[in-house]
Amino acid sequence: MSLLEVREVTSGYGEMEVLHGVSIAVEKGQIVSIIGPNGAGKSTLMKTIFGLLRPWRGEIYFKGEDITGLAPDQIVRNGMCYVPQLDNVFPSLTVQENLEMGAFILDGDITPRLERVWELFPLLRARRRQRVGKMSGGERQMVAMGRALMLDPKLLLLDEPSAGLAPKLVDEIFARVIEINRTGVAIVMVEQNAKKCLELADRGYVLADGRNRFEGTGKELLDNPDIGRLYLGGLKADAQ
Amino acid sequence: MPSKEEKIIIPNSGEEEIPVPLDPHSQPELTRLDLKRRPCLIDIDKAKRFLSARTFVIAALVGLAVLLGLVAQAKGVTAGLILRLAVYGVMLGSIIALGAIGLSLVYGVLRFANFCHGELLTVGAYIALGLMGVLPRGEPLRPFSFGWEFLVAMVAAMGITGAVAYGLHWALFRHLRRRGSSSAILAMSTLGAAFFIRSIIYLAWGPDFRFYYWGRPRPAWQLPLGVRFRPDQFFILCLAIGLVILLYLLLERTKMGKAMRATADNPELARITGIDTARVIRWTWMIGGGLAAAGGVLLGLDAQLRPEMGWWTLLPMFAAVILGGIGNPYGALAGGLIIGVAQQLSTAFIKTTYKPGVAFLIMILILLVRPQGLFGRRS
Repeated sequence: MSLLEVREVTSGYGEMEVLHGVSIAVEKGQIVSIIGPNGAGKSTLMKTIFGLLRPWRGEIYFKGEDITGLAPDQIVRNGMCYVPQLDNVFPSLTVQENLEMGAFILDGDITPRLERVWELFPLLRARRRQRVGKMSGGERQMVAMGRALMLDPKLLLLDEPSAGLAPKLVDEIFARVIEINRTGVAIVMVEQNAKKCLELADRGYVLADGRNRFEGTGKELLDNPDIGRLYLGGLKADAQ
Repeated sequence: MPSKEEKIIIPNSGEEEIPVPLDPHSQPELTRLDLKRRPCLIDIDKAKRFLSARTFVIAALVGLAVLLGLVAQAKGVTAGLILRLAVYGVMLGSIIALGAIGLSLVYGVLRFANFCHGELLTVGAYIALGLMGVLPRGEPLRPFSFGWEFLVAMVAAMGITGAVAYGLHWALFRHLRRRGSSSAILAMSTLGAAFFIRSIIYLAWGPDFRFYYWGRPRPAWQLPLGVRFRPDQFFILCLAIGLVILLYLLLERTKMGKAMRATADNPELARITGIDTARVIRWTWMIGGGLAAAGGVLLGLDAQLRPEMGWWTLLPMFAAVILGGIGNPYGALAGGLIIGVAQQLSTAFIKTTYKPGVAFLIMILILLVRPQGLFGRRS
């Protein structure tokens, strides 16, 4: 069985249905990218997987267990961590305190885990006593990812990690994502930056209007002329 | 294609510069790009930022104090009186701060205004009074007017009031929150709880003044410039400082304290991170209630106990919280001291009855100029 399996999930906000039966599967150690136009339901899918939204119908399995309808604080104990797109750090806490909060549910010594995050983000070690509220967007994103890694999760959900960052920093963040993945963490990533995101993905899903539109390996999706025209071509035209 | 020169500087929070290409084709009609002129938007923003800058607000407060001092000179108010009022203001301010810190913590973690926080002061003061009636009465610990039984009763009252505060949450606010009630509904329910608690105190102890030590002499130290200060007031100040230091250590050094600050920063993220928010909420009420009880007992020790004592402290407490930045316990401490001193100093010029008006005035001014408070973040 896959590490994460989302089966025909329907979900939304209030009365409004956003996802109309979406299915995805993530294998151990994979990077899975979810792309699609604005309003396709990418972030909604993330929130539903993590229990911030209760699925209306459908099932979600993680490590073979049914986690449908569990609250986020229960899901986090099972080894899945989530980095929201916005407000993903505690601004009045220092870098180190943010990471400590990431390991709140652990009792013992967390120094080895801190050490691991410092190795991944050397910049954060240098600034560990600084309040995160005074840091730049890229640094905050690193703090947020570091915080989520403190629990040594099997699966990391990243909601638009490159949003609002300068191009140089976008590459930096993607490089870190690959590095995190190499330590054995499976990653589900939602991105606007579709091309870059598919390039590093083992698998990709294209969502449109709250439904699965295309799926395949990252390369397949990149080479698919329909996707190129609909979702990547548009971006290329903008860049020119 | 936009050329390299076509770049304007957009105020951003980060250190790195983010190039923002300008496309002349998508520019609004009838506008032309003039790169030699700085966009005026930034200048207005700068002026606003200056006006609401923390340093400016502090400078304005200091300036106001100096102005008042000059007026005082003209009106013939002696420096001794000013000093006496200031010293008394610091003491009163530290009591306000004890209440305000809890109010701010509760707001930060639970996101509603707790109008029964004043009543927690009253509850603490009367519980201590009740306990002192049961405890054997010892000799006063000179130079103070109180004995050991007072200290024991105070510590016990802090614990009990903390439990009462959490009990209120457990019995009342918890259910409203679970139903997703708006913060206005929650604030109204705290107001209802305030009346309820006060009525119980009327029933149990009656509407009259009470003293911890009826008729016991309370000698004062004579300090230079005609300042009189009672040892009890010195004790109040020291205890308030001690409690604030303890709170500081708790918030900065312990895991639960850090989790409380994290939850105040972002409750949703705290839950996502796996922080046990139910435990954080329990601690917040226990600490808020305990500090409020200490404030109430000290207020009672300084003057007397009345069923409305907490209610009348509520406005200065709210002013202190808003002045310091809602949700920030250290801001509440600074706010409490400023409000206390301002209120006391005002009595040199205006009738004591208008004292609460001073707190109200400061609150309104801060809301107009710097709504996020002295130590708050812009949202």
